[in-house]
Amino acid sequence: MLIVVFLLRRLVGGLVLLLVLSMLVFGLLYLSPGSAIETLMGSRPPTPALVHALTLEYHLNEPVVAQYWHWLAGAVHLDFGTSISVQTDTPVSTLIWQHLGVSAELALYSLLIVAVVGVPLGMVSGMWRGTVADRSVSLISTAAVSAPAYVSSVLALYLFGVTLSWFPVYGVGSGVAGRIGHLTLPALTLAVLLGAIVVRQTRAAVIGIVHEDFVTFARLRGLGTGRILVRYTLRNAAVPVVTSAGLLLIIALTAGLFVEQVFSLPGAGTLLLMAVTDKDIPTVQGLAMALGLLVVVVNLLVDIAVLVIDPRSRFSTKVR
Amino acid sequence: MASVAVETGHASALRARRRPPLSVLLSLIVVAGILVLTIVPGVVEPYNPLAQNLLLSSGGPSGLHWLGTDANGRDVLSLVVAGTRAAVVGPAVIAVGTVVLGATLGIAAGLKGGIFDAVVNRLADLLYALPGLLVVIVVVGIVGGGYWLAVGVLLVLSIPGEIRLCRAASAVQARLAYVEAARTLGLGTWRIMWRYLAPNILPTIIATLLLDFVGALLGLAGLAYLGFGTLPGAPSWGQLLFGGESLLQENPWMSVGPSILIILTATSVTLIGDWLYDRSVGTMGAR
Repeated sequence: MLIVVFLLRRLVGGLVLLLVLSMLVFGLLYLSPGSAIETLMGSRPPTPALVHALTLEYHLNEPVVAQYWHWLAGAVHLDFGTSISVQTDTPVSTLIWQHLGVSAELALYSLLIVAVVGVPLGMVSGMWRGTVADRSVSLISTAAVSAPAYVSSVLALYLFGVTLSWFPVYGVGSGVAGRIGHLTLPALTLAVLLGAIVVRQTRAAVIGIVHEDFVTFARLRGLGTGRILVRYTLRNAAVPVVTSAGLLLIIALTAGLFVEQVFSLPGAGTLLLMAVTDKDIPTVQGLAMALGLLVVVVNLLVDIAVLVIDPRSRFSTKVR
Repeated sequence: MASVAVETGHASALRARRRPPLSVLLSLIVVAGILVLTIVPGVVEPYNPLAQNLLLSSGGPSGLHWLGTDANGRDVLSLVVAGTRAAVVGPAVIAVGTVVLGATLGIAAGLKGGIFDAVVNRLADLLYALPGLLVVIVVVGIVGGGYWLAVGVLLVLSIPGEIRLCRAASAVQARLAYVEAARTLGLGTWRIMWRYLAPNILPTIIATLLLDFVGALLGLAGLAYLGFGTLPGAPSWGQLLFGGESLLQENPWMSVGPSILIILTATSVTLIGDWLYDRSVGTMGAR
């Protein structure tokens, strides 16, 4: 019962966040310089027919509250109207789907690298704390966290793309092999940034656990290091690491935008930049809501994942 | 009483660790250098940063132009030096503003609890869940505002983190006897907040001040890289990095120069913040 109440509260919290976000996002139309109809026309010729069509489509002849209501009703069905200037008259949802693919591939690719390299490094670093290995890992991760995505992307582009010519420097390529080749350097750049955070989180979590009695007893019983690492340490260290997924997502969204921009990848970040620069309000609104939804869903999944991983949390849900 | 205790603790800490470690000394030197570039850039600039010389367009490093020239033949070293002010002043304003507003709300929330605490906490939760930089990009891009709008929006978005930290730190203090004693004496909330509680969570406040500065520096430079929130006619590190990206073949130093300065400044300030925090937390623990 407690769990259901806890999850419901989280769900309601997420919905409230989305509702507030939707108000802010809707307000963008009025934040933009010029009248709403001017903004929605963009650079198209202002014929009476277009003015009439847009007025009807966005209910501009009705009060603002009614406009918001109509907009929200559409947004719930993932209908955010049509793009003004990025790709005129294309439905915003189509546009978002087209660009989300590249971003998702980039994110999964770097997540894979982080999971395969970052988590083990953090565990090694935490298990053998104070050794040369630990200190080098800590130093590198500190440096990687200090370098913002736009700096590390440009430097990676220069070093591995321009100087050494190991990787292509532009676009997404064609075919599966071409795509993997084109996404490798951007994914590595993003993975270094995210991995540095994961390494630090994992290290801190492991340090807290290796001196627990149950680890000592496991060692005393003669269990192998590998088994202790996976069955005892990893599972207990997983909770703080999984909890940081929400934070990681926010960093990945921001860093991903810069990485896409530097490597000229047509992802969601690039779409957002194009839409903002062109003042394509419907596209910005749709994208902002989509990203907000993503954040809420991931945070909810993190809550559920913690309940699954750590049985203790199922009894202490009231505390959080 | 409280202030006496803090002073003795402080003195013993100075005796225990008089010299900061080498990394902190180096960081202090870097920060001092950045301050010079911010306050008197003209002294260091070898050329007028805005003077164009199209005959020297996109040149690599040379004896006359140490970091080469940009597409318009302007001296990159002078541009990088001139860009320091835009890179540092805004973040300083953001950091101070965040700490003043965030600490006030956070300490008040931690001290008073109740509905005020709940409201402030909800507000912090709400803003915390959003990718701040994306919000700034959208707002500044749509409104078409410049540098100071970007500074303002970043300031608002960095307050929740500050509130959370100060709230947590002061909630611990609020249960201690000296706060109780001050209350018994009939002192007002405002006085308890600033004269009694704030000095005791000063390490947290100073550490967050410097961390907020670093976050704002990286954020503002990123915005400038994307072409948002820039001052017309004034170069900045982010803009130079963007300009240098298309000249990576001809003059990589136009990208490398500002990159190094961004990383160096951010790392130095972080190291100083960590050191100050560790030092003062050590004195607190000794009491």
